[in-house]
Amino acid sequence: MELQAVLMAAGGGSRMPDLTYNTPKPMLPVGNKPLMWYPLNLLERVGFEEVIVITTKEVHKMMSTDPKMKDVKMKLDVVCIQEDGDMGTADALRHIQQKIKTDVLVVSCDLITDVALHEVVDLFRAHNATLAMLMSKAHEFTDTVPGQKGKKKTAEQRDFVGVDQSGKRLLFMANEADLEDGLSIRKSIMRKHPRMHIKTGLEDAHLYCLKKAVVDFLADNKSISSIRGELVPYLVRKQFSKTTNSPKIKDDAEDQNQKTIDGSTNHGQDEPLLQLAQERSCWNDHRGDMSEAYHGGKLRCYVHIIDQGLCYRVNTLAAYIEANRLAPKLFEEPAVHPSAVISERCQMGSDSIIGALCQVADKTSIKRSTIGNSTTVKEKVKVTNSIIMHGVTIEEGCNIQGCVICSNAVIGRGADLKYCLVGSGQQIEPEESSATRLSSLIE
Amino acid sequence: MADSGVTDGLCDTDDIERSKTEGKELTKEEKQRLRKEKKHQKKIKEKKDDAASHEDEKKKKKKKEEKPVGAASQPPTQPSQKAPAPAPVPVPASETPALADKPAKSKADLKAERRARQESERASKQGKKGDVGQPVPTSKPKAPPSELQPVVKRLPEHVQVDNPDVLKKLAKKLERQQIPLRSDYGYKVSLFSHLHQYSRKAPLTQQLGIPSTVIHPAIVRLGLQYSQGIVAGSNARSVALLHAFKQVIRDYTTPPNEELSRDLVNKLKPYISFLNQCRPLSASMGNAIKYIKKEISNIPSQCKEEEAKSKLLSCIECYINEKIILAAKAIAKYSIEKISDGDVILVYGCSSLVNHILCEAFEKKRKFRVIVVDSRPRLEGREALRRLVQRGISCTYVLISAVSYILPEVSKVFLGAHALLANGYVMSRVGTSQIALVAKAFNVPVLVCCETYKFCERVQTDSFVSNELDDPDELIVTRKGKTQLEHWQEVPSLGLLNLVYDVTPPDFVDLVITDLGMIPCTSVPVVLRVKNVDQ
Repeated sequence: MELQAVLMAAGGGSRMPDLTYNTPKPMLPVGNKPLMWYPLNLLERVGFEEVIVITTKEVHKMMSTDPKMKDVKMKLDVVCIQEDGDMGTADALRHIQQKIKTDVLVVSCDLITDVALHEVVDLFRAHNATLAMLMSKAHEFTDTVPGQKGKKKTAEQRDFVGVDQSGKRLLFMANEADLEDGLSIRKSIMRKHPRMHIKTGLEDAHLYCLKKAVVDFLADNKSISSIRGELVPYLVRKQFSKTTNSPKIKDDAEDQNQKTIDGSTNHGQDEPLLQLAQERSCWNDHRGDMSEAYHGGKLRCYVHIIDQGLCYRVNTLAAYIEANRLAPKLFEEPAVHPSAVISERCQMGSDSIIGALCQVADKTSIKRSTIGNSTTVKEKVKVTNSIIMHGVTIEEGCNIQGCVICSNAVIGRGADLKYCLVGSGQQIEPEESSATRLSSLIE
Repeated sequence: MADSGVTDGLCDTDDIERSKTEGKELTKEEKQRLRKEKKHQKKIKEKKDDAASHEDEKKKKKKKEEKPVGAASQPPTQPSQKAPAPAPVPVPASETPALADKPAKSKADLKAERRARQESERASKQGKKGDVGQPVPTSKPKAPPSELQPVVKRLPEHVQVDNPDVLKKLAKKLERQQIPLRSDYGYKVSLFSHLHQYSRKAPLTQQLGIPSTVIHPAIVRLGLQYSQGIVAGSNARSVALLHAFKQVIRDYTTPPNEELSRDLVNKLKPYISFLNQCRPLSASMGNAIKYIKKEISNIPSQCKEEEAKSKLLSCIECYINEKIILAAKAIAKYSIEKISDGDVILVYGCSSLVNHILCEAFEKKRKFRVIVVDSRPRLEGREALRRLVQRGISCTYVLISAVSYILPEVSKVFLGAHALLANGYVMSRVGTSQIALVAKAFNVPVLVCCETYKFCERVQTDSFVSNELDDPDELIVTRKGKTQLEHWQEVPSLGLLNLVYDVTPPDFVDLVITDLGMIPCTSVPVVLRVKNVDQ
């Protein structure tokens, strides 16, 4: 077997608490499908037959009841972990170390993309890389986010990513928060790669191909708890570290770690043959200096950056709204579910999606919205640019614009909501008029 | 004496004339007789059973009447023939009724007769062989040629991409093996339209599922490395191929009710097709594959799986050691004799063997300098330059357009080879034949270094019939921010051609240095023959 897929679905959705305090993030509906369905669909399309899903018991329960999850034909090996524990993604990998028998492809549950996965995996295969990851140009979300007064600037927490001339080799990765006194680049990197492109407008898609040796290394080093935050920068740094002995104990430990990463490959006994093939091959990944291909380094990190195409990480409210609008375009599914009952005098825009078992009455207008399963929309309702989840009841005469209404809410008659976020199971009084108010205010 | 001589001479001339005419007659008679004898023998062989035609029997009868008893083999067959012959058919003497009878016979009967004839022929041939063999067991001059007679080899068929039937067959074969078909890219120059032309940006892995289950991951990685050019050069490709095969063999388990010797070969076939799709196999790879297949099929069936696998792995190690590593050492030893102090050596592109030789010669304290000639689009000479300069050899770097300017300085030319063909032609990177030609014009000796495992049964006299077309987009270059050829596909009369190999005739090559020694280019078929006898 070449690659094992691991889906990380235990995240809490800490950046959108209003949405997730009732529904866990992996099961949030996007385009009437649970969020984790999208990465699973990606893996299925590409040809995986088994996926290890790391999630919480709650999500596991919801998964087994959700009809869309039954469409997933792959074998899902669900590993439940504690919900409240501070388990980072690397901790989760360490938890399932026994199941990992070969190189691993880690995907996060909130990734919605249509990228050709073979591009990332080809980098991993062809260069015998230790890490290959996917990044995309960050998107500016221009829609007004409900519940937020005014536009919020998200300038902090930028990522600085340094790539080489070809744009494939990852040379430098750091988060702004970690760089207190400026960005410093080691001389050894500059000597080997004199031309480096540093990009800040990139978003990490949280899709990583890791060698098995890295998982084994994680088992030994319990201090690393997050793949994105700690493991990836560590690996990127280690590409250029010298393996000479140094008096500090810490460095020795690091050298040992490097050895485990370098040495424990599947075909350790054929290392001299590979070496011979590389020696005899007239290929070099760089030119201008006297060193051989890859500068003789065994640890290599690669990145595939996509600028066109869909790639979203649904971890903020703005991203969630954007994803709801664009995700249905990925699939050629009918906008209106066959079991929905829609009266003839309803105006429905082509961008809208209506879920199963809905009832939409006369004289309603639904534009650029997503309506979940089992929702009832009464007469003379105008829904624009909104996301309405499952089981919602909207009484007559409502005007809903740019809102997110969570499941099982009831919107009273004649309510006029603009850019609001209504929590699950909330009830909006009739004739309520509110603009940019959080659900916590509408309770 | 003179008279006698004259008379003799006259007699001679008369004799000559007579002999000429008589000779004609004689020879004619002789010829006729020989022909009849041959026919007779043939017919006797054919007519061993009852399904004999009237015509033939009549002919036989005639011949029997006409000619005296012929070869010794005839009597044993004749009586046997006489017995059945008259018995089944009452024979009218003339042929004409037979001719008349002929159209009366149906096609099916004729077919059956023909088949019977062939069978009897085959049987009699076997019998005859036995007869001949037994009385003449010690015909020594005959035996060795039969041993040396090469077993009929299946040479790789020429790629015929412009023939739709061949393409269909290939597509079917790939479908059977569950390997995706790689489609050709871009406009092909008409002279080379019979070859494949792939794009580097469309790798074969696009059409494969990601955790590849049909093809072993090591082979997928290898195919990617081939198509992206990460493993390039015939030695590197062979070593990488054998390394991947080692992994395949290690991970292989014999399915129940199957024999390792047969099943493993069948498992390797789709992998080889896959690698062929990624990049056409080189001659050295082909020979390595042949060797492995032979070794696998020679495994005795009672051998246990673990034993068999370890045996195969050690065979592969042995092959690499002998044919590549030790061969390089031997070639270096021979070549060092040819390098003298003060030499100016010209090399082209990046040949791992030539680089090895030069580095070894430098270690042995020979004083020489090197001129590295390079060409677009691969610009492999830069890599050769780096390796030589790293060792401390003083080098000059020129492009191939400057070859005729630099050659007056050169004392020897060392070239590497991708393969050596059976007619003595050298197949190497495109540009090699040009260098050999110019060197010949300047009377500079050209030495080709090649290991024997790259010797190939193919015969080729031009570079068109069998070659490799690389991605045409590799020829596009961006200078000062402008890419002139960016939209070359839209210009209808423009085609980009990126050839990889060319063939150099043996007249331009002065010496071939192999691990068997230093041989002239025309001795390649001898080496091949000797190799086959050894195997």
